[in-house]
Amino acid sequence: MIEFINWISQPWPWYVAGPIIGLMVPLHLILLNRTFGISSSFRHMCAAVVPNNFEFLKYNWKQESWNLVFVVGVLIGSFLASQFLASDAPIALSESAIARLKAFGLTDFTGQHPIELFSWAAMGNWQTILFVVGGGFLVGFGTRYAGGCTSGHAIMGLSHFQFPSFVAVLGFFTGGLIMSWVLLPLIFA
Amino acid sequence: MRNFIALILGTLLGIIFMKAEVLSWFRIQEMFAFQSFHMYGIIGSAVAVGALSVWIIRKMGVKSIEGNVIELKDKAPNYKSAYIGGTIFGLGWAMTGACPGPMYALIGSGTTVFIVSIVTGILGVLVYAALRPKLPH
Repeated sequence: MIEFINWISQPWPWYVAGPIIGLMVPLHLILLNRTFGISSSFRHMCAAVVPNNFEFLKYNWKQESWNLVFVVGVLIGSFLASQFLASDAPIALSESAIARLKAFGLTDFTGQHPIELFSWAAMGNWQTILFVVGGGFLVGFGTRYAGGCTSGHAIMGLSHFQFPSFVAVLGFFTGGLIMSWVLLPLIFA
Repeated sequence: MRNFIALILGTLLGIIFMKAEVLSWFRIQEMFAFQSFHMYGIIGSAVAVGALSVWIIRKMGVKSIEGNVIELKDKAPNYKSAYIGGTIFGLGWAMTGACPGPMYALIGSGTTVFIVSIVTGILGVLVYAALRPKLPH
């Protein structure tokens, strides 16, 4: 048993993780009779919590409450993995990625996530505020405007060959590449 | 029953996001800089398995556990909003290093500062709802 725990506590390779994520598509369709998509949870929470009169938020979000339960599951799953399946090894980034991020001024590569950027203690840095506050806003606004995120468009949409989803994924990479190649070097300059 | 299944599936996905480093800002930067195959392998193989599953479901007329024939609606052909909205999301994705799913997983694994990102994300939905009639779709 301990050997098994140790074995699955190692980082999972892409060819294990990717196909299981892909199985979310048929598991949603067959077991939930719904399509896979996570960013909708932002809309449901907005409709549930914020009093408003907007047409876009006038729908029965309670019918989609399973989606909110699903994201609570995501939270529980990562909590369990971080408590019981944690690996001490630093994340196996490529050398070129580490070199590039060091040039941005980052120094700590021990965690899964850059602690020096994403923690409550770092909320004094303007870059952190920009990423956490501004980035979150763009994710919420952009996913609703596009009608989905990586799960709803890239995985669910492409799985049944939706051309709008392909266009949305082109958009995801347009934005991501602009940020990565043009704006991040300025932000970290 | 649906909620129970959703909770189990979500938990499985949360474990994967953590163990395959999908929630890592480092991995997302590496992806956009084309410095590793890892994230492309994950998304690519997920789409391959998803597409194969949809093909089988359609070919064999697989029904849901409630007994309904599974029908997949086509996405509305709103290419402008898909591209512009997608680009806006992409900017945010590269900043936070997280799409919505990994944001929840980050909170679960202890990077609780992402609660702020989800709150501002919900605010983003509200602003979209307000501007929607004026935006090109």
